[in-house]
Amino acid sequence: MTDGTEHQHKVDPYTGKATTGHEWDGIAELNTPLPRWWLWSFYATIAWAFLYWIAYPAWPLISGATDGVLGWHSRAAIAQDVADLVSLRDPMNAKLAASSLKDIENTPELFSFARAEGAAAFANNCAPCHGAGGQGSKGYPNLNAGRWLWGGTLEQIQATITHGARWDADPETHSSLMPSFGRDNMLKPDEIVAAANYVRSLSGLPTDPDANLAKGKQVFADNCAACHGPEGKGNLELGAPNLTTKVWLYGSDRAAIINRINNGGGGVMPAWGAKLSPVTIKALAVYVHSLGGGQ
Amino acid sequence: MAQSTARSKSMTGGEFGLILALLALSALSLFIAAQAYTAPFAFHAGLFCVASAAGAFAIYHRYDNRAPDLPPAEIDGKPNYNFGPVRFASLAALFWGIAGFTVGLYIALELAFPWLNFDLPFINFGRLRPLHTSAVIFAFGGNVLLATSLYVVQRTCRARLAGDLAPWFVVLGYNFFIVIAGTGYLLGVTRSHEYAEPEWYAILWLVVVWVTYFLVYLVTVARRKEPHIYVANWFYLAFIVTIAVLVLGNNTEIPVSLFSPKSYPVWSGVQDAMIQWWYGHNAVGFFLTAGFLAIMYYFVPKRAERPIYSYRLSIVHFWALIFLYIWAGPHHLHYTALPDWAQTLGATFSIMLWMPSWGGMINGLMTLSGAWDKLRTDPVLRMLVVSVAFYGMATFEGPLMSIKSVNSLSHYTDWGIGHVHSGSLGWVAFVSFGALYCLIPWVFQRKLYSLKLVEWHFWLASIGIVFYISAMWVAGIMQGLMWRAYTDQGFLEYSFVETTQAMHPMYVIRAMGGALFLIGALVMIFNIYRTLSSAKVATSELSLVAAPKLAAAE
Repeated sequence: MTDGTEHQHKVDPYTGKATTGHEWDGIAELNTPLPRWWLWSFYATIAWAFLYWIAYPAWPLISGATDGVLGWHSRAAIAQDVADLVSLRDPMNAKLAASSLKDIENTPELFSFARAEGAAAFANNCAPCHGAGGQGSKGYPNLNAGRWLWGGTLEQIQATITHGARWDADPETHSSLMPSFGRDNMLKPDEIVAAANYVRSLSGLPTDPDANLAKGKQVFADNCAACHGPEGKGNLELGAPNLTTKVWLYGSDRAAIINRINNGGGGVMPAWGAKLSPVTIKALAVYVHSLGGGQ
Repeated sequence: MAQSTARSKSMTGGEFGLILALLALSALSLFIAAQAYTAPFAFHAGLFCVASAAGAFAIYHRYDNRAPDLPPAEIDGKPNYNFGPVRFASLAALFWGIAGFTVGLYIALELAFPWLNFDLPFINFGRLRPLHTSAVIFAFGGNVLLATSLYVVQRTCRARLAGDLAPWFVVLGYNFFIVIAGTGYLLGVTRSHEYAEPEWYAILWLVVVWVTYFLVYLVTVARRKEPHIYVANWFYLAFIVTIAVLVLGNNTEIPVSLFSPKSYPVWSGVQDAMIQWWYGHNAVGFFLTAGFLAIMYYFVPKRAERPIYSYRLSIVHFWALIFLYIWAGPHHLHYTALPDWAQTLGATFSIMLWMPSWGGMINGLMTLSGAWDKLRTDPVLRMLVVSVAFYGMATFEGPLMSIKSVNSLSHYTDWGIGHVHSGSLGWVAFVSFGALYCLIPWVFQRKLYSLKLVEWHFWLASIGIVFYISAMWVAGIMQGLMWRAYTDQGFLEYSFVETTQAMHPMYVIRAMGGALFLIGALVMIFNIYRTLSSAKVATSELSLVAAPKLAAAE
């Protein structure tokens, strides 16, 4: 208000408090002092901040910062947490490290510890591909079925976890690969269809009415048997699956098999030796072996 | 220029200059569109080309149809307020609000039911999430701030908005920035900095718009007819100035090429992270807190028809708030590569920020003393007051979560999402709804169609917020506890997959809360639509139904 009412400290009838005398678009302001509880709480938080600054690393200096009288540092704290965990696991882990996989499986105390360690490692590292229960999914092997690409003994599982499959960074990885028979023009389409029908017949699956199984058998013998074996029973050395069972990594229908013959290739598994400790991998091998499919 | 000759019409320097500048921008954009390395960038350059040409044409068209003289600043000694840009921004706020809430609901459903991503890049969570945050914060919130600030500064200064084209340039230019930013997210153009995703060319445009906004505001305040500057204007100015500083600081970047949308920040590593969260936290502090406190400081006393509780508190908490807020950003980087000392300062300044934040709540709530009975009958005032209560809750929860030991549980969990939404839905959106329910009838000179529907909006949105934040508290704390749970043997008890499975029911409840909030906003749209389609009423009649006790000077 500029019409002479300015700085007249009107009194608000409801609260009995004076206004500051100004008014903007009808809005006045009371001349209420700061609420005491508010002010003292504010001071308290400031005091707390000062104490905190004395206790912990706080103010930057030319090089470094004030260190705090408690000597607490977040990196030291996390290192301590990790060390505590390690020392909690250490006695048992030392026993795992000193025992053979077979002995671990045969000693109840070691076996239950290895299964606990393996289960935790599996849930956080393996489950995203192989499923929470190791049940697998298309392209990711089922670990409970008793059928193994690279072998299902304790030592074979340990080796596969350590070095992975088709993991270029690890020289000892399982590296064999199925050729792309169709894409690379190694087989003609009619040969591929015949071979696919023959492969389905190996596990007793129905074939096309006009399927030329004799031709398929010939194609199989000439091209596939080298890895999958003359009877299609597979070869663990090469990761070539057994084609005579009900377990199919990429599906058993006609189209899926034709697709595999056409494009070949194979799944990739990381070499966990680069990430997990040898003891953890041992525990994982025992855990996976105990899921139901171990040999 | 306008005073020189009364009859013959001539272009003002502003009109002529802006037409030239826009035509030059249009030509440059066409050139860039032709040379652009990527299709999204060509599309954006094309949008710039068309929009600036349309702007130039619109200015000429407006000149062609206007009276020889520009509107006077005063008529018969009373300010001749300019509410056109206010009207535009208030309706734009509603449009973007609905868009932002809808996208928010959709991504909440995507989290509960991931198949809703449909394997489409344009609608996957990663692209829609920044679209949601930017649409609600910068598009909805930004337009509410533009509308209310350009209204409040005129009313509390009793001065017409400075500039003739400038206020329109600000509101239209800002909304064009929103379009560029939003379409960019969908097309995969992003800086990958949270709440700072728009690329260099969008930011350059924003800077021009924002500086204009600052000047319009400052000159209007300078031309005020009141001896003092009202507290709402301090908060608006703090918001405008600080956002400019933050955007410039966090967008110190070098474009790969004039023809590429990509740029690289000059900061790297932990410095980049620190600058980003200095920006991010103060976007909350100065956009969502200072700006909306300004709204509170005008609309709460106006609607309650009561004086502000304490002038001294408003001064002390204003300066304490803006001084302390700017230091608190490092609490977003607890237990990271950021040095311990910076984390300590972030935590302690956040704790000291508690009371300065609550100063606003006290002033908002205590202003109601003598008018509490109005909460029974006026759902608009109830919305404003509940917003202040949520503000108080969120500004207590924030300092709490910035304490390192609490943060080690809450960080990276959905507790953070719950905290953000109690602030954004409860505080920012509610104070915005309350302000728009006041403002739109005032600037369009219409009677609000239905208070009953406001009542529905209030309850739908309130229940939605309760669903949302309680679900996120439970989800977040459960998630944090599951992550840190170890077995007796020293192994992690739960896998990450198990924690996401455990949160599924909470995600569904959250989406239900979001749906209620969106339905409430749609009720508001209907109410405003009916309001705008009714006949104009005299200002004197408005004051009865929508509270502005007009200043005696008018």
